[in-house]
Amino acid sequence: MALFARQLQSLTAQGIRSSQQVRLASSEVSFHTKPCKLHKLDSGPNTSVTLNREDALKYYRDMQVIRRMESAAGNLYKEKKIRGFCHLYSGQEACAVGMKAAMTEGDAVITAYRCHGWTWLLGATVTEVLAELTGRIAGNVHGKGGSMHMYTKSFFGGNGIVGAQQPLGAGVALAMKYRDQKNVCITLYGDGAANQGQLFEATNMAKLWDLPVLFVCENNGFGMGTAVERSSASTEYYTRGDYVPGLWVDGMDILAVREATKWAKEYCDSGKGPLMLEMATYRYHGHSMSDPGTSYRTRDEIQEVRKTRDPITGFKDRIITSGLATEEDLKAIDKEVRKEVDEALKVATSDGVLPPEALYVDIYHNTEAQTT
Amino acid sequence: MSSSRALSLLSKHATTLSTSTRGKAHFTFQPSTTLPSGLESMEKSKMNLMQSVNEAMRIAMETDDSAVLFGEDVAFGGVFRCSLDLQKKFGKDRVFNTPLCEQGIAGFGIGVAAAGATAIAEIQFGDYIFPAYDQVFIAFEPPKKTKSFQLVNEAAKFRYRSGNQFDCGKLTVRTTWGAVGHGALYHSQSPEANFTHTPGLKLVVPRGPIQAKGLLLSCIRDPNPCIFFEPKILYRLAAEDVPTGDYTIPLGQAETVRSGKDLTLVAWGTQVHVALEAAQLAKEKLNADVEVIDLQTIQPWDEDHVVESVQKTGRLIVTHEAPISSGFGAEITSTVQKRCFLNLESPIERVAGYDTPFPHVHEPFYLPTVHRVFDAIKKSVNY
Repeated sequence: MALFARQLQSLTAQGIRSSQQVRLASSEVSFHTKPCKLHKLDSGPNTSVTLNREDALKYYRDMQVIRRMESAAGNLYKEKKIRGFCHLYSGQEACAVGMKAAMTEGDAVITAYRCHGWTWLLGATVTEVLAELTGRIAGNVHGKGGSMHMYTKSFFGGNGIVGAQQPLGAGVALAMKYRDQKNVCITLYGDGAANQGQLFEATNMAKLWDLPVLFVCENNGFGMGTAVERSSASTEYYTRGDYVPGLWVDGMDILAVREATKWAKEYCDSGKGPLMLEMATYRYHGHSMSDPGTSYRTRDEIQEVRKTRDPITGFKDRIITSGLATEEDLKAIDKEVRKEVDEALKVATSDGVLPPEALYVDIYHNTEAQTT
Repeated sequence: MSSSRALSLLSKHATTLSTSTRGKAHFTFQPSTTLPSGLESMEKSKMNLMQSVNEAMRIAMETDDSAVLFGEDVAFGGVFRCSLDLQKKFGKDRVFNTPLCEQGIAGFGIGVAAAGATAIAEIQFGDYIFPAYDQVFIAFEPPKKTKSFQLVNEAAKFRYRSGNQFDCGKLTVRTTWGAVGHGALYHSQSPEANFTHTPGLKLVVPRGPIQAKGLLLSCIRDPNPCIFFEPKILYRLAAEDVPTGDYTIPLGQAETVRSGKDLTLVAWGTQVHVALEAAQLAKEKLNADVEVIDLQTIQPWDEDHVVESVQKTGRLIVTHEAPISSGFGAEITSTVQKRCFLNLESPIERVAGYDTPFPHVHEPFYLPTVHRVFDAIKKSVNY
């Protein structure tokens, strides 16, 4: 009762942004999201979505962990504790967290090399991710894979070669269909990879056999340094499946992403075949740590997106304004997240490295460790 | 599962990460002490590998109006800066970016070449060449097209299957190659051996800026499809005085970079510098005179040059970064044992990468370093 009264108070005090939110029950709020653009579909996901407090806090926490973890990785790279290739996900958190929120037990994910956030979301610990980047035993693959190759039970990686994951995703979906699982395989790729021939092949097979695969293009506007207009004859990536229906989703709004993914999953689960989703998102860092990210776009542009479209601050505003969470709740989460990442950092910078014998482990099934 | 048990057992024997090993290069670049013949009087300028490649392409495009350069990100200069300023100089219709599609790049290049223009196609990392492998790979099959692999099936066999009515000799594929210190699985590979199983292609790997410029110009002007592998670790590291004019170094010719009478050591690309260091060490520690040969062209390789050397020394070691099994060292070894059987004083040795995917954190252990090469020299001379 007191909770409700407090909410009423805050409502009258601030004035309701009635087109934005409606109070349904004391612990659930309804929001409006941008409508999805549809390709060869008569209807799409709801634009009115509900969110409860528990989920709100969870999604906020998840996005913050990814943001912090990627920052930590960036700093480690600058300190030369991580070398080689390191592709950060900062700015795209809503895509991963939103999609995960709609996933159920048994669903799978496969993506390209911008995979640290996904690895954590799908079951790895922050320690595992950071230690893999620094090449230590505590790492997800004990240091043998590095940044681009991390896996968990339902996460098929982490793939270094652009586009290679597209047919793989279709294959995973085939296995699911064959086993009569009510699951989907979320197959992610970027706007650059959308021009790979393999996608065309995988799409054809998926539609031919009605495979439960969601081809998801995380369109962050740039394939390395090439803006989408310069690489693609058509930048409507959700339509590129042609005979495969598609959805364009606002990838900076986690609720829109969740809703679209839920809708898409239902579509696939009912046996109607694949869908092609496009998440309109943005990355703050360059393509990788070797790319400052400012030679093909302006700092102003990046700042603009941070100010107006940041997935975390946008979500934070919404849940605070609607009363689902308080400033203090979120501050407490921030503190907790910082602690988790800091502890992971400690392990990632101090753990040992696999001995040379490990070089030969896992080439074949049950290989003995060998040396020549 | 055995492998995860193995890993957990091994984890108990963790070693501490020696950042110093992983951080520095496993070799020192040794500039060439002699110039290709006729170039002594030419004006020279200090250039690194990236600049000499840039120079070669500039000259190629100046002297051949039909030459075009394309690939991922080449317009702004390329991720390694090899095509810096070329679009500015020659314009957007001669230097342009392609989307992210290696098979498309190779196939497109073959088409351009077949239609009579000189095509310089860049594949950003040698590890990405495999989607293009099909297009390159057209060999001794009767004119029945099998599954498509651009480079191997289309480029290499075009002349053969059309009875010389068509060819894509004007195609040169440039790609980066070899270990770089932190490239891990997919940015460090040396895929040349895969292509040596395909007659019809020429494959070249330079050891430094002087050779790179001359060899690349030869490739571009050669009437056969060529793949030019550029050791990415040498792009900045390798700098020497390079003749500034238009010159070529013939393909199919190896070069003896260090003379010796006790053992022949064959290498190419970055590994030549490792070989030279090992040869120096062999002189100091074993008083052995090792002859180091840079193969330069892997296909067709200069058999006679190597055979002559082994007939003189009686001992051979071949060394390369690529995994040992079916690495190009295997082919050299087999040919030399046949032609020099009675000259050999010791078994031919190969010092190469181990038969594993190119590792992430184990790179310093995986590479055929100076010590492993020296060890093989020692075994051979003491046989």
